[in-house]
Amino acid sequence: MTEQENTHSPMIICRDVHKWYGHYHALRGITMQVRKGEVVVIFGPSGSGKSTFIRTINRLEEHQRGEIIVDGIPLTHDVRDIERIRMETGMVFQQFNLFPHLTVLENITLAPIWVRKWSRAQSEEVAMQLLKRVGIPDQARKYPGQLSGGQQQRVAIARALAMQPKIMLFDEPTSALDPEMIKEVLDVMIELAESGMTMLVVTHEMGFARAVADTMYFFDQGQIVESGPPNQIFGNPKEDRTKLFLSQILSH
Amino acid sequence: MSARPASLPAHAEVLPPPTERYTVLGWLRKNLFSTWYNALLTVISIVLLALALRSLLDWTLGQARWEVITTNLRLFLVGQYPVAATWRVWACVALLSLLIGLSWSIWGRGRRAGALASGALPFALAILAEDETRLALGITGAMGVLGFVIGRLGGARLRRLALIGWVAYFPLVIVLVSGWSDAAGALPLVTTNLWGGLLLTLLLTVVGIVFSFPLGVLLALGRQYGLPVARGLCVMYIELIRGVPLVTVLFMAQLMLPLFLPGVTIDRVVRAMAGIVLFSAAYLAENVRGGLQAIPRGQYEAARALGLNTWKMMLLIVLPQALKAVIPILVGQFIALFKDTSLVVIVGLLDLMGIAKTVLAQPDFLGLQAEVYVFVALVYGIFCYLMSAFSQRVEARLSAAR
Ligand SMILES: Nc1ncnc2c1ncn2[C@@H]1O[C@H](COP(=O)(O)OP(=O)(O)OP(=O)(O)O)[C@@H](O)[C@H]1O
Ligand SMILES: [Mg+2]
Repeated sequence: MTEQENTHSPMIICRDVHKWYGHYHALRGITMQVRKGEVVVIFGPSGSGKSTFIRTINRLEEHQRGEIIVDGIPLTHDVRDIERIRMETGMVFQQFNLFPHLTVLENITLAPIWVRKWSRAQSEEVAMQLLKRVGIPDQARKYPGQLSGGQQQRVAIARALAMQPKIMLFDEPTSALDPEMIKEVLDVMIELAESGMTMLVVTHEMGFARAVADTMYFFDQGQIVESGPPNQIFGNPKEDRTKLFLSQILSH
Repeated sequence: MSARPASLPAHAEVLPPPTERYTVLGWLRKNLFSTWYNALLTVISIVLLALALRSLLDWTLGQARWEVITTNLRLFLVGQYPVAATWRVWACVALLSLLIGLSWSIWGRGRRAGALASGALPFALAILAEDETRLALGITGAMGVLGFVIGRLGGARLRRLALIGWVAYFPLVIVLVSGWSDAAGALPLVTTNLWGGLLLTLLLTVVGIVFSFPLGVLLALGRQYGLPVARGLCVMYIELIRGVPLVTVLFMAQLMLPLFLPGVTIDRVVRAMAGIVLFSAAYLAENVRGGLQAIPRGQYEAARALGLNTWKMMLLIVLPQALKAVIPILVGQFIALFKDTSLVVIVGLLDLMGIAKTVLAQPDFLGLQAEVYVFVALVYGIFCYLMSAFSQRVEARLSAAR
């Protein structure tokens, strides 16, 4: 990402974030800064807390210790702050989570109309542009159940982008997809990364990481084991656990 | 979709799906006489059916004394409702016809035969009836046709208007049927003790549905998502009501409501309505809760992540899906409610069932239980059929959106 303008203002600041599920210590002091326009890839073994972490950033999960500041807004119990942060962060889920009772177009325009209070006409115009951007303008009137997995995930990306977020969170966006559909979703994400969007991506698609990630974080047991730019992580990992994990996922 | 890409080989041509075609004889053989024992069963069934049908016809056309129905038809339909005010009930019927005609042409496309049959029905009845009733039925039919034509001309643009019409219709019916004042120029009051027959049955049902629905949804939301206190209250209410028969609730409503609201005299019919609403809401709440539980967690997370607050999430995402999932159950419950209104007899109201009892006590018609109850059953049956047919159409329309 050399051509994009990095203003170096931190978009996300996490300091010593802890989270417990009952007695289980799921996040054990995560500290991370994400600059505007930075693309972060988070990877690590199952159960290491990747989803938990990314979901604390828009308060789908509540952290119990430490500090999270998103675009200058500290994440507290204040509902208005939480809603402001949610308006500025889009999220894409492994299982798409489209609304099955609404058409593709209605899925995308819902939040702009009801949260941003745009007019229907304006929202639909934006939605159609986004559908073009993700390559499926001809599916606008269909219902999610009538689309392939790859198409559904691209709708989900368009739905998140419709709120014009400053940050996009992706939690294993391609894990539920058949191999031939993974590429069409990754292409959209690569284009998004190149357009300068701040992105946090939990993924094991190492090709994607190599192509667009600025920083990679290796999670294990609720902690950041190692972080750095892709060429360092792939070429010269410092920690044995990182090496072992990479050798396992790169072998197939 | 339709054009075949040039690169495909010729045998990849798009073929229509195979159709099954039978001649009448082929159909008979396949479905009724496929084996010797099927053939035997068919023959036996036909003989039994013929015997039953014959005695039924003998009774219906010969022995039965239908004059008990024809003489008392007015009583069955509207009870003691004053003759001078009957036009108000007719006005409601004609308006309903207009709304049905309008809605049918807007939403019910492709059912021409059904539309024709229902449109012709009032006119056919008008031929059978006489005097004012004939006129009223004629007007009803004409309003239906008028609504249909308006819908045809206006098309989808009229959707909102039709919905507003339906919402406004029910309060309007109450106002028309009850009137408000005996002062000159106003619609004279018809006290509820004069309401009766099918009119009362339908009013109890409609009020029961219209009010118990929002109440039940609120109870379900309270039980599923409420804060502990609210949740406890909802659970208590639901379990209390579900632990008691409707008859008891109706009695309680008659006796307790005046105690809770001293100084205000609440009319008996309104008390019965309150009882039905309170009873039905508890069951509705449990049915709706079933729908709420079926919604995957991801739906809530997606809604939250988009910045929807709790109310918007409920109204836009959760309730539409939950209610859609339980439509068949809800309609079943409404049909049961419709039939259960017959229990108001025990608090002294003369609904369709109550009228049947009073008619049977008339000295002229002693011992005609069969005729009277067959007629009453037929009326209940027709309305239940209409409700379930309507719900099936709605379901079909909604499941197309999948
Ligand atoms: N709602 C919950 N209640 C209790 N424990 C939970 C809950 N969600 C997650 N956990 C636990 O927290 C730990 C971290 O889970 P998380 O989903 O963040 O892992 P992950 O890194 O995303 O794994 P995966 O790659 O399988 O998605 C796991 O041990 C999991 O069992
Ligand atoms: Mg996960």
